[in-house]
Amino acid sequence: MIKKFDKKDEESGSGSNPFQHLEKSAVLQEARIFNETPINPRRCLHILTKIIYLLNQGEHFGTTEATEAFFAMTRLFQSNDQTLRRMCYLTIKEMANISEDVIIVTSSLTKDMTGKEDIYRGPAIRALCRITDTTMLQAIERYMKQAIVDKVPSVSSSALVSSLHMVKMSYDVVKRWVNEAQEAASSDNIMVQYHALGLLYHLRKNDRLAVTKMLNTFTKSGLKSPFAYCMLIRIASRLLEETDGGHDSPLFDFIEGCLRNKHEMVVYEAASAIVHLPNCRARELAPAVSVLQLFCSSPKAALRYAAVRTLNKVAMKHPSAVTACNLDLENLITDSNRSIATLAITTLLKTGSESSVDRLMKQISSFVSEISDEFKVVVVQAISALCQKYPRKHSVMMNFLSNMLRDDGGFEYKRAIVDCIIGFIEENPESKETGLAHLCEFIEDCEHTVLATRILHLLGKEGPRTPTPSKYIRFIFNRVILESEAVRAAAVSALAKFGAQNDDLLPSVLVLLQRCMMDSDDEVRDRATFYMNVLQQKQKALNAAYIFNGLTVSVPGLEKSLHQYTLEPSEKPFDMKSVPLATTPINELKTELTPIVTTKLPEKVAPSRQDIYQEQLSAIPEFKGLGPLFKSSDPVQLTEAETEYVVRCIKHTFTNHIVFQFDCTNTLNDQLLQKVIVQMEPSEAYEVVHYVPAANLPYNQPSSCYTLVRLPDEDPTAVSCTFSCTMKYLVRDCDPNTGEPDEDGYDDEYLLEDLEVTVADHIQKVLKPNFGAAWEEVGDDFEKEETFALASVKTLEEAINNIISFLGMQPCERTDKVPENKNSHVLLLAGVFRGGHDILVRSRLALADGVTMQVTVRSKDEIPVDVILASVG
Amino acid sequence: MLFYLQCHLKSHNGNTKTVLKKKKVTTISLYLEPSLYTVKAVLILDNDGERLYAKYYDDTYPTVKEQKAFEKNIFNKTHRTDSEIALLDGLTVVYKSNIDLYFYVIGSSHENELMLMSVLNCLFDSLSQMLRKNVEKRALLENMEGLFLAVDEIVDGGVILESDAQQVVHRVALRVGYLGRKRIKLVLRIIRLTCNLL
Repeated sequence: MIKKFDKKDEESGSGSNPFQHLEKSAVLQEARIFNETPINPRRCLHILTKIIYLLNQGEHFGTTEATEAFFAMTRLFQSNDQTLRRMCYLTIKEMANISEDVIIVTSSLTKDMTGKEDIYRGPAIRALCRITDTTMLQAIERYMKQAIVDKVPSVSSSALVSSLHMVKMSYDVVKRWVNEAQEAASSDNIMVQYHALGLLYHLRKNDRLAVTKMLNTFTKSGLKSPFAYCMLIRIASRLLEETDGGHDSPLFDFIEGCLRNKHEMVVYEAASAIVHLPNCRARELAPAVSVLQLFCSSPKAALRYAAVRTLNKVAMKHPSAVTACNLDLENLITDSNRSIATLAITTLLKTGSESSVDRLMKQISSFVSEISDEFKVVVVQAISALCQKYPRKHSVMMNFLSNMLRDDGGFEYKRAIVDCIIGFIEENPESKETGLAHLCEFIEDCEHTVLATRILHLLGKEGPRTPTPSKYIRFIFNRVILESEAVRAAAVSALAKFGAQNDDLLPSVLVLLQRCMMDSDDEVRDRATFYMNVLQQKQKALNAAYIFNGLTVSVPGLEKSLHQYTLEPSEKPFDMKSVPLATTPINELKTELTPIVTTKLPEKVAPSRQDIYQEQLSAIPEFKGLGPLFKSSDPVQLTEAETEYVVRCIKHTFTNHIVFQFDCTNTLNDQLLQKVIVQMEPSEAYEVVHYVPAANLPYNQPSSCYTLVRLPDEDPTAVSCTFSCTMKYLVRDCDPNTGEPDEDGYDDEYLLEDLEVTVADHIQKVLKPNFGAAWEEVGDDFEKEETFALASVKTLEEAINNIISFLGMQPCERTDKVPENKNSHVLLLAGVFRGGHDILVRSRLALADGVTMQVTVRSKDEIPVDVILASVG
Repeated sequence: MLFYLQCHLKSHNGNTKTVLKKKKVTTISLYLEPSLYTVKAVLILDNDGERLYAKYYDDTYPTVKEQKAFEKNIFNKTHRTDSEIALLDGLTVVYKSNIDLYFYVIGSSHENELMLMSVLNCLFDSLSQMLRKNVEKRALLENMEGLFLAVDEIVDGGVILESDAQQVVHRVALRVGYLGRKRIKLVLRIIRLTCNLL
């Protein structure tokens, strides 16, 4: 009844919010009464509240007005009204960054922090530390030390927490308070204990031994505070992680012991710590999982949420460990907190059997619209994992996904769905048509340019190869009419791909492209005109080169070459082959499905590794005339990891030369190496042309020396060679402490491991999105075929992996994945041979007793073909 | 040939632009660095989602504009449901509503949810005691200084300073004088109410 009354009252009096229409200038005007004597605490308090309220609302205060108000406020220290004084502290803290000369209140605050009124002391310390800098901190150091060990908990806590804030700024000063903090850690007050532990860890965290010691003391003595226990568990689990401590370590025992603590907070922290430990086995997980299971039926939503979220994480790595909780999780499906329900279902999807999938999907679709985007992404990820596990269920899930696609949602969410569907289409050929149909429907009403262009690209790639390509044309052309420039341009490219691959569609595509040539955007017009002209030639080779398989050069490299070309104009036309190739991105390792937290590195178009090398090498005068860098290999270690000198080599291939870059590190602190070279003795007709020494190699500072080798002209097929390497240098002993070297040195040498150059070093990976077209384009002028038997290989996967790593070529059209239960497979590989000739390999593999392989190689030049066949043989 | 290259360069540039436009998402290390910095923000909104109180302890949302957008988002996602925990923008949000007030405590998604919960409970209980169980917008606005001081005692720069409501109320030590006005009104109201009933 009272409540009801209240409400009425409130409605009648519209000015119920006294802060509603506050004007900053009016409030600052009012602040003048701070200067009146005697001070009226009540009114002043009200004005301070208004100022803080305004600051809190995000109102901007200029430096002058803030300083003025601040100085007026300092007068209020004359009043002894408790609340007023406390509000002054708050104002100081709020204004510390906006007002000037805030240090003026230092003495007043110091007085309060050492005064008799306990109620002032804590807040005064916190306000003081907020306005203090390193030099001033030393002046109040004595008081801070006293405050840390003060017997009043609020004072001690305030001092400890303020010290923690100060560590960032003045580590060296705060470091001296370690003994006081240690004393505070044995306080009876739970918060003081927690704060002291936090500060101690922060001061010692770089000293592993000290942390270990601290852990030992506290785990033995036991703590009162649940917060401190949580902190201790975190420190222990971090230490375990860093030291790779086994599960028999006393630290692990401590964490496990915390599972029996009487505070739920501590129990959960311990369980969560165990779950997150790397390489945790089922046996260690079991106790943690069982306490989480108990939490699942807690009346507190936060606890249920915490438990099921952690179980969800366990299920990613150890689904079997969670199966015991399936029953409890089932109960949570209908939880009123949708976050909990979603997590329960996605966990069940991971642990459950194929038969329960339908039921769970139905359940989740009933409330999917109510949950936040983050959880929708979790659901999508669970589904995508499920598809890989049970490919037979793809129709159910495809339906579900397409329904989700129609719902409202942010970019991340839609992108997750689109990714998932695209993944489907690539994994299951039979779901391709339904998937494409759903995506077509999606782009009809898609506000995200990135997704629309991506789908159009996919349609261009996959659409022409479906039984009825014509039905996609409508969807694509609709985009040309309705969308923004970027999407229109993508749509034009997609259209061209249909025209290039389907002869019966070509006339209609040409008509459509004709219309696109009237577009208002130049990019769209350019593309339409270009494709139009290419298509009208009706030549397979042209189509392949300019429509299906785009440029393979690195864009920064191209930019540089073109710039170079315009600087030195010559009669010759610009040669595309002189441009360094784009290094195909290594297939991203499937990132572990970490739902919820969308961790992303800032994306930027960084120059590739190869572009960086190109830059470095071109800075060395000896390598000026070598032409563009063709390929840089991954580093090869030429020494053991723990030796005196550590040397690794990177092979840089040029058109007719190879540059070996030796990155050397000297691990001896009493030696300075000078004039370091790596002498190389080739086994074949390779010729060492030049050595570029590293002038100085001091202790622990890596430096590089280079060796230039010319490839043999007479026998171009001699692509592989072994070099024996010796590092030669001048040693000067030096004082390990000062690094001062002796006057004299002596020559010495160090034997390195042999270095091999293989066929893969001469070939750069290149992805041909449409291999068939590329195959036709190259033509069969230099086609050669041979059959080999790989006796030692037992499976097709193994054979494929061997071939790819041996030849160093890019597998195309996902032929590096063998469908299950197949006895034969065709592997398609593409690359560019040193000198710029495309090289394509089609290898038919048959599994019988061992693997038989028929290799067909095509190129526009004879040498690469011979090289490949010679090296495989 | 050159013309074709131009096309390609353009499409490449187009891509980078869209990439840059994407919203910045802070990276969070998978394992928690042991630290006392637990709370990222404390918010109190009214039943229209307007900010009554907001304190952000780190720069997850550096500008007022971003903060308000986050608050709007948080309010839309939570004001209709009665559950006490949610995940938004990769942050764990624990919340509680009472009559026309919405209380939120926000922490990293790796944070111990129960710790955040203890902060929320402490805040709510302290206010409840200070406002004589009358936790609603008007009473709160009449005692804003009490709220400011209470939050200052509960969280300091993101570190949990105190989790016991009794202690907080004791330390805030608002003298009865400031609440007296309120109390007299309440008594008057009760008298009026009883009169009505009679």
